[in-house]
Amino acid sequence: MAMVSSCLLSLSCVLPAMAAGVPVCADGASPSPTMFAPRSIPAQKILDVSWFVWGICGLIFLIMAALILWCIIKYRQKPGDDTEAPQIYGSNPIELAWTIIPTVIVFVLFLVSARTIFEIDHTSPPPNSLEITVVGHQWWWEFDYPDQGFVTANELHVPLTRNGQSVPIYLTLESNDVIHSFWVPQLAGKTDVVPNRLNHLWLQPTMTGTYVGQCAEYCGTQHANMLITVVVHEEDDFNDWVTNQQTDAVDDPSVTEGRSLFLQTSCINCHRVRGTPANGTFAPDLTHLMSRSVIGAGVVANTPENLNTWVFDPQMIKPGCRMPSMKLSPEEVKEVVSYLLTLK
Amino acid sequence: MKTLQQPGHGNGSEYSRAPFLSRLHEWIATTDHKKLGVMYVSTGLIFFLIGGLEATMMRWQLAVPGNTVLSPEDFNRLFTMHGTTMVFLVGMPILLGVANYFVPLQIGARDLAFPRLNAFGFWLFLFGGLLLYFSYFGAQGLYGMGSAPDVGWFAYAPLTERTYSRGHSTDYWILGLLVSSFGSIATGINLITTILTMRCRGMTLMKMPLLVWLMLIDAILIMIAMPPLAAAQVMLLFDRLMGAHFFDPQGGGSAVLWQNLFWFFGHPEVYILILPAFAYVSEIIPVFCRKVIFGYPLMVAATVSIGFISLGVWVHHMFALGLSPMVNTIFMGSTFLIAIPTGIKMFNWVGTMFGGKIRFDTPMLFSTGFLAMFLIGGLTGIMLATVPFDWQVSDSYFVVGHFHYVLFGGLVFAIFAAIYYWFPKVTGKMLSESLGKCQFWLLFIGFNLTFGPMHVSGMLGMPRRIYTYHADRGWELWNMLSSIGVLIQIAGVLFFVWNVIRSLRSGKKAGADPWDAWTLEWSTTSPPPEYNFEEEPVVYSRRPLWDKKHPEDPDWKYE
Repeated sequence: MAMVSSCLLSLSCVLPAMAAGVPVCADGASPSPTMFAPRSIPAQKILDVSWFVWGICGLIFLIMAALILWCIIKYRQKPGDDTEAPQIYGSNPIELAWTIIPTVIVFVLFLVSARTIFEIDHTSPPPNSLEITVVGHQWWWEFDYPDQGFVTANELHVPLTRNGQSVPIYLTLESNDVIHSFWVPQLAGKTDVVPNRLNHLWLQPTMTGTYVGQCAEYCGTQHANMLITVVVHEEDDFNDWVTNQQTDAVDDPSVTEGRSLFLQTSCINCHRVRGTPANGTFAPDLTHLMSRSVIGAGVVANTPENLNTWVFDPQMIKPGCRMPSMKLSPEEVKEVVSYLLTLK
Repeated sequence: MKTLQQPGHGNGSEYSRAPFLSRLHEWIATTDHKKLGVMYVSTGLIFFLIGGLEATMMRWQLAVPGNTVLSPEDFNRLFTMHGTTMVFLVGMPILLGVANYFVPLQIGARDLAFPRLNAFGFWLFLFGGLLLYFSYFGAQGLYGMGSAPDVGWFAYAPLTERTYSRGHSTDYWILGLLVSSFGSIATGINLITTILTMRCRGMTLMKMPLLVWLMLIDAILIMIAMPPLAAAQVMLLFDRLMGAHFFDPQGGGSAVLWQNLFWFFGHPEVYILILPAFAYVSEIIPVFCRKVIFGYPLMVAATVSIGFISLGVWVHHMFALGLSPMVNTIFMGSTFLIAIPTGIKMFNWVGTMFGGKIRFDTPMLFSTGFLAMFLIGGLTGIMLATVPFDWQVSDSYFVVGHFHYVLFGGLVFAIFAAIYYWFPKVTGKMLSESLGKCQFWLLFIGFNLTFGPMHVSGMLGMPRRIYTYHADRGWELWNMLSSIGVLIQIAGVLFFVWNVIRSLRSGKKAGADPWDAWTLEWSTTSPPPEYNFEEEPVVYSRRPLWDKKHPEDPDWKYE
């Protein structure tokens, strides 16, 4: 009996903790990527249907657990009694009942969930949506804004509104190599990112803020550090951000040395800095590197110290990642980093 | 079938006198279903300890955020090997081993239909497993020196293609499983043939013990589900070694094809693993409640329909793959359907307990634990079948929690119930009840502490298969609890190991029928002689020993 009650106990401790224990910041972002604090229409719809399913399953659990508990307490063999129990071979009405009732329950569950599936799963973009292409790479994310004409990485920026109206974000998901999965729980359920296949995901943020998520399909060595940050802006802030992203990289004369060092090494085979000969597409676009808050797809914060370590040897921070150490001397690293720091 | 008893080979007490080499030879060359059963289960238990050790190392790494106990590559190898080991080298051999031992005994036969095929199956399984583990020395992983496969137990293409998995670790994974799954297929054929053709007089299909019914459906599922896996693995081998492009999207292949083939095996596989658990508790619960199983015909019907429906639900592993809403809806429906026969089973077990006189010996304790844990695992399964919720928690720790409630709280608890129940029959010695109860409570508490919190961390956004995580995500507490739970489980398993060693050395003598049970295996000596029964039994009902013990009120009057 203690076994069932301990289950009940653990559930009763856990559920309120989940619902209430998630600290929520003022701007709507919570530090935890929890599905319990949805900030987008599809995530909200999922949570609504989930509560319904949890309610039904919780009820079934309580009834069954009570029955088991009842049997354990009531029908335990009395000391000294070694006679056999009355043999009951079955009962058609009872068995019919516990065949039909579950059938009705799952039928209701089926109808309710099916409605939500068709509400959320858009195979074509909703009207007036902002379309962005997401490309999964081992182990970072490329975000391509075809209508705005620029490419960025690891941080997805979207507006809350456009012309004062809530705007659907319609992501097209592509993979450059293996299967990944795009998952930001507060904004939407996950959708796999599959090579040779175009998948789609609809978000519609309801609150500004920064939301975190990460790749949810095992994709190799650094699967754990393939993080996603989504920043939901007010309309004006988003437009400013877009304007900045659209400009080419600044050419700061004070870091000419670092810049030419960067352009002379094989950095440029993989990275792009718009406005320079660096034109690689294998790795994140660095044109506005310093507008991002993280490096290495979220493995560490984008600080000068971390950049320094990263350029010296990325394997120290993200072992197994595709970027090799360029074998630069500490002085050369400093030059390159001082150049990178100007890419605002 | 040998009917003559060779000197020195008859019963346990004389084994110790034979020289070591001849004893070894006897085990290696045996075609006896009982010896093979014991070898299957013992090998499975050894792999269980190895798989458990792998899990322990992973929980050590994940106990705190940003831990550096393991490198990412080592962690990835560990979860791949842990999953592969537990499914193919623990679950499969133990269920095949128990079936090997007890199906012939319960149907009154003297061996399986094809004894040599049976031995062949066992050795294929064993060497398949060893081949897989040899990869730790002989292969080269995604990164660095030779080591084990690191592609996950369902090995999604194209991560398994040559481009992304260099070296030979994935080839070891393919070949090891290919070899051992041929062993499983062989044993599946053997079980079906045995059950259909070798039942004793009077045992019609509807008079078979439920274990035999469940293993019949199980063997049929093995026959249907294993070959697609073998085919997919051969195709992958073609891709890797001969430059084919079945699963290579860059060459026009399809990553989705692998998932369809794998899960067409993989979902029935889940039922292949859980049906034997149903089988064990269906035998144990009636005996310890002193009551006949409630609603035998409906139990059989539920088993058959689980078998059927389990072949049509595989896409629920792929709800996040971006298939059309219609496909997702259809497979959500079929997945919900399987809840109905599974629910019937739950109700019938509880119905059997209802009105009984329940003896809480260790087998019953584990069976009751099974009921409670499988109830939770089943309900989280219904939640996962709900496509929108699955979009959130698929591939998260919620799923890890769910399937451990099914396969650990369900299957492993049922396996321990079975071991406590049948150990006296196999060895002639009882396991200690007090050690068994300690083991149960440690395992029960440790298990819930480990896997309960995983549901929470999953809903808080923690994906599975990550070797590290950041500190600010709200996952620390739940991961720490999971890791502490593992320590308690280890203590439980140590009690089990000690219990087995102690009993083998100085356990209480069991006698032929220590639990006052009703099926045929309890009518012969413990351990049974090589020929099982002196004369072929004749049965009149589902509980032949009940009829014998209660001639005034036999079962056949009511069936």
